[in-house]
Amino acid sequence: MTIANAGFEPRTRNPNVRTLKLAETVVIPVGALVASALLFSLFLLVIGQSPIDFFALVWVGGFGSAFSIQNTLQRAAPLMLTGLAFAVPARIGLTIIGGEGALVLGGFAAAAIAIPLVSSAVAPGITLAIMAITAMLVGGCWIGLAGWLKHYRGVNETISSLLLSYIAIAIMNFFVEGALRDPASANKPSTMPIGDAYRIGPMPFSDVHWGLGAGVVLAVALYILMSRTTFGFAARMTGGNPRAALAQGLPVGFLVITCCAIAGACAGLAGFFEVAAIHGQANASLVAGYGFTGILVAFLARHNPLAVVPVAILFGAIAAAGGLVQRRMGMPDATVLVLQGIIFVVLLTSETLYGRIKFFQPGTGADRT
Amino acid sequence: MMDSAVITVLIAMLGGAIRVSTPFMFVGLGECLTEKSGRINLGLEGNLVLGAMTAYAVSYLSGNAWLGVLAAGGSGLFLGALHGYICKLPKVNDIAVGIAIMSFGTGLAFFFGKPFIQPTAPRLDAIALGDWTGNAALAQALQVNPLFFVGIVLAIVMRWAFANTRWGLIVRMTGDSAASARAMGVSVDWVRFLATAAGGFLAGIGGAFLSLYYPGSWNQGLSSGQGLMAVALVIFARWDPIRCIWAALLFGAAGAIGPSLQSIGISQGYYFFNAAPYILTLFIMIASARSKGAAREVPGELSITK
Repeated sequence: MTIANAGFEPRTRNPNVRTLKLAETVVIPVGALVASALLFSLFLLVIGQSPIDFFALVWVGGFGSAFSIQNTLQRAAPLMLTGLAFAVPARIGLTIIGGEGALVLGGFAAAAIAIPLVSSAVAPGITLAIMAITAMLVGGCWIGLAGWLKHYRGVNETISSLLLSYIAIAIMNFFVEGALRDPASANKPSTMPIGDAYRIGPMPFSDVHWGLGAGVVLAVALYILMSRTTFGFAARMTGGNPRAALAQGLPVGFLVITCCAIAGACAGLAGFFEVAAIHGQANASLVAGYGFTGILVAFLARHNPLAVVPVAILFGAIAAAGGLVQRRMGMPDATVLVLQGIIFVVLLTSETLYGRIKFFQPGTGADRT
Repeated sequence: MMDSAVITVLIAMLGGAIRVSTPFMFVGLGECLTEKSGRINLGLEGNLVLGAMTAYAVSYLSGNAWLGVLAAGGSGLFLGALHGYICKLPKVNDIAVGIAIMSFGTGLAFFFGKPFIQPTAPRLDAIALGDWTGNAALAQALQVNPLFFVGIVLAIVMRWAFANTRWGLIVRMTGDSAASARAMGVSVDWVRFLATAAGGFLAGIGGAFLSLYYPGSWNQGLSSGQGLMAVALVIFARWDPIRCIWAALLFGAAGAIGPSLQSIGISQGYYFFNAAPYILTLFIMIASARSKGAAREVPGELSITK
């Protein structure tokens, strides 16, 4: 029930109360991060490694040079989009964990529709636009289906989106191994490569692909949608109390399906960028766990689309530093997975602190306006 | 000619079902116990992977495969207890915690499992039940691991215990209505904590089967979502331990259709058979979501059915 309440905080004009609320939503996650770092340091000490060396390497590998910053941002891009894919439905009270499947299916659809377009030499700009739209539509329909099942059939959206996720991966494997397989891809079945001319290029003044730009723009747009428009207000109200929303005559079904479709479109777009900018074709590399890490990103961001951006960059940095940690400290590449797991567990445990720390709770009576 | 092909496929499916179903059985029974108490654990994938790694490592270091199985149970117990403890805290979302435990468990397993990818550990022995048939393929299909029988006995015991023992009644009552459990003086948190921890223990043993018997080695791609499938399996089995066994066999057989068709030269649709359990479960959820008959079998406190 935490998720439902997270998006529905009563607004107050009292600046003191608002500041304290804001401070609470910043201090608790940051505190959780610090606690995770301490726990992980303990873990490192137990196995005989230096925590100082480790975190110094994470800093160097994540932000230490122009190259590592670009590497970080590159990895942050899909996390932003999959983070949004969890955060937006969370505002309406839905726990959608099938972002991975929407990413995979969206990426696959983009690669599949590119095949006839590339072979008939349609202009790269148009091809990429069609690919992106297809990825968003397919991803949107996929998660939208979970929303539809939830509202009209009463099927739990968490489990249905998880099942849909596995079905999506099976669909991709089916086509990639069969009808759409590029005969040249011997060891790793893949679709036909889209070709370098059709790859999406880096943004100006950088080596980071446009997925980052799309992630930031969508985060801002969805923040405005969810917190500054009637749609967003209605969605948050539904998340807070679905019965009251129905009683008020809000179009709950429309709101639920739209939020899910937006989520799926974000994840599908992440898949498009993975195909068009990173892999150049669809194959099993799309199943990289971005969908699940996105859930973590959204939780740390307290389901706030704007906060998804810096949090995704933080996790991008941790992922980017993985290789460096492996080389310099001789630790397995799974080290960063352990760190992520600890952050995830501590962070969710810290949810219990909201509203329980006296300092952030303004006294009643005098503060009410 | 056609007949022999069909028989080959059927025998391969039978063998596949027996081989593949054991981990499903254990995670399914573990999840069933947890869900009966009114809590869901999505993290059993982590228990499975960590259990597999622990079992392999302990078996390699100690030279005794059964010690590995016990250690795997212990690692599952640890993750289950962690999940159970965190979910006891107010305002914590149990579904999200499950995913967190999953990533924590797989992270730990990959971290500590790195040195164990190469060496060969002592593995569990199978019992040959099919030698009397005189059919080599059938005899091979009927090489059954003892854990398979442990799972079946466990399911029968669980079914009996849920229906007839004081403990079983307490677990069911806690899962159906926390308020009435409290009224009877039962600590809801404590019951759920124990049920989650015990469920984690079983999932860990399921993992031991993966690394010590089939496929029988430790690597990072060992469990491809079988732990997550447990959630689907329990819904499919409608929270009944005996039906969990049937569901596990069915899921195992569905996974074995692809490879067994391949053995007679049909390679189409391999991945769809793997996805079949998910598709089936989704349809069952859709069909039963608002039916009154299904509502009677669902633990009332379970968040996934609300």
